[in-house]
Amino acid sequence: MADIAPASGARRRFLANMAGAVGGSCLLALGAGLYARQASALPAQALRPPGVKDEAAFLGACIRCGLCVRDCPYNTLKLSALGDAVATGTPYFTARDVPCEMCEDIPCVKACPTGALDKSLTDINQARMGLAALVDHETCLNFLGLRCDVCYRVCPVIDKAISLDSIHNPRSDRHAMLLPTVHSEHCTGCGKCEKSCVLPVAAIKVLPKQLAQGRLPDHYRKGWEEKEKAGGSIIGEQIRLPVRGLEESAK
Amino acid sequence: MSTLANTSCANTSLARSWLMRHRWLLLRRLSQLGILGLFLAGPWFGLWIVKGNLTSSLTLDVLPLTDPYVLLQSVLAGQTPYSTALIGAAIVVAFYLLVGGRVFCAWVCPVNAVTDAAAWGRRRLGIKSGRAPDVRTRTWLLVGTLIAAAATSSLAWEWVNPVSMLHRGLIFGLGAGGLLILGIFLYDLLVASRGWCGHLCPMGAFYGLLGRLALPRISANKRSQCDDCMDCFAVCPEPQVIRPALKGHGEVTPIIRSSDCTLCGRCIDVCNKDVFRLAVRYDQRSDT
Repeated sequence: MADIAPASGARRRFLANMAGAVGGSCLLALGAGLYARQASALPAQALRPPGVKDEAAFLGACIRCGLCVRDCPYNTLKLSALGDAVATGTPYFTARDVPCEMCEDIPCVKACPTGALDKSLTDINQARMGLAALVDHETCLNFLGLRCDVCYRVCPVIDKAISLDSIHNPRSDRHAMLLPTVHSEHCTGCGKCEKSCVLPVAAIKVLPKQLAQGRLPDHYRKGWEEKEKAGGSIIGEQIRLPVRGLEESAK
Repeated sequence: MSTLANTSCANTSLARSWLMRHRWLLLRRLSQLGILGLFLAGPWFGLWIVKGNLTSSLTLDVLPLTDPYVLLQSVLAGQTPYSTALIGAAIVVAFYLLVGGRVFCAWVCPVNAVTDAAAWGRRRLGIKSGRAPDVRTRTWLLVGTLIAAAATSSLAWEWVNPVSMLHRGLIFGLGAGGLLILGIFLYDLLVASRGWCGHLCPMGAFYGLLGRLALPRISANKRSQCDDCMDCFAVCPEPQVIRPALKGHGEVTPIIRSSDCTLCGRCIDVCNKDVFRLAVRYDQRSDT
């Protein structure tokens, strides 16, 4: 018994030390993991550089080297620091501060060593950094019937990503309103519209796509599209009743 | 012990000049500042020699270097990095396999200056309080960070990793990261002697594993001269590595073989009997 005692003491010490080490490191790793999970929610104003397809995958692929930030010629991109709302060390930009200038050679994507920014993006018009949305109809000058048009004019994909849709102005009853309308099919999310909005607080904002874009239920069919596809009505010709004053268009 | 070390230093300091007693330290600080300077020359003076930071960089627009530990986390998170990052990591791995992984800790890592300052303060102020966790904690933490990367599919550790954060912060802006670094300083100063670099840092553990077969090693080749002044133990960031080489006799190698040794050379600096020198791992010459 006597010659076992010191050995078991050493073993006990070893086990206690190991338990402390394993427990402590588990706690630290768990803390880091939980913090990471909580901090991975990207704030709405922070936009990712071009070539990011999916935020979750980006957080695994970006090694926080800042090479994209270095090669951005307009100082658009920033690296987030600890305490910022964006995951520590990852690149982002704020449209209202400095929007993306949509360089044709996309130097930020070329600089990325890991593929966090996908090099298969070679046409900057195909970038989807976010989606512009005219979030406030009450203050947008064009919605008030004025001709501001600035967001439309500065759009690098003018007439495709933002168009001005003319509708009757019910207030004056004799003018048109030209409403800036964003088309998600073409909007790159560069942020120039938000940057240029003349209001003290922008009425048009670029938001991450999952915040800005709605989705129709999968089973919805648009009758006018189906009609086009089928080359005629698929439920038979409908009786069109005449509308007073618009008799011509009913034919 | 620190007063004992100081007096023994004072007694024989006339024999060796201040420069001789600090040459490795000065070389090391020169290396750390030089590397940081290369990264800062771009943003500060427009002199773009190196772009990026320690996790990945591009030197003179041709040489990619990538931190293998961070890249490993990315791979475990389910990503397939581009060849640029893989080549960069391969170069770094090859370099540290050759010279010793923890050379990174002593000669490159910016946190080293912080924890060295804390250790110096601890010696100077005679602080004995606190207790360091087990040395193996860093290995477990290394395992933990790799599991965290796989479990969250993201670089979980890189959210808080003080090593990459300090270097990135010095170049791109530190934010609240400064508080984290202050925390490490205070932890090392008040709670645990050499607590961060010597016991907790998973990055150091990773590079330690890389350095198992490294060529350059410290040799206690004149160990018979040792007068047990303990200066080397007091100054060494990993004091457990010295004993086997220094106190062994005859058949036992005078080479400090533990890959925990950071090759900082402080033992060569402080030893007034010139017991230590830089050698290669196969050099078995010793005076006992």
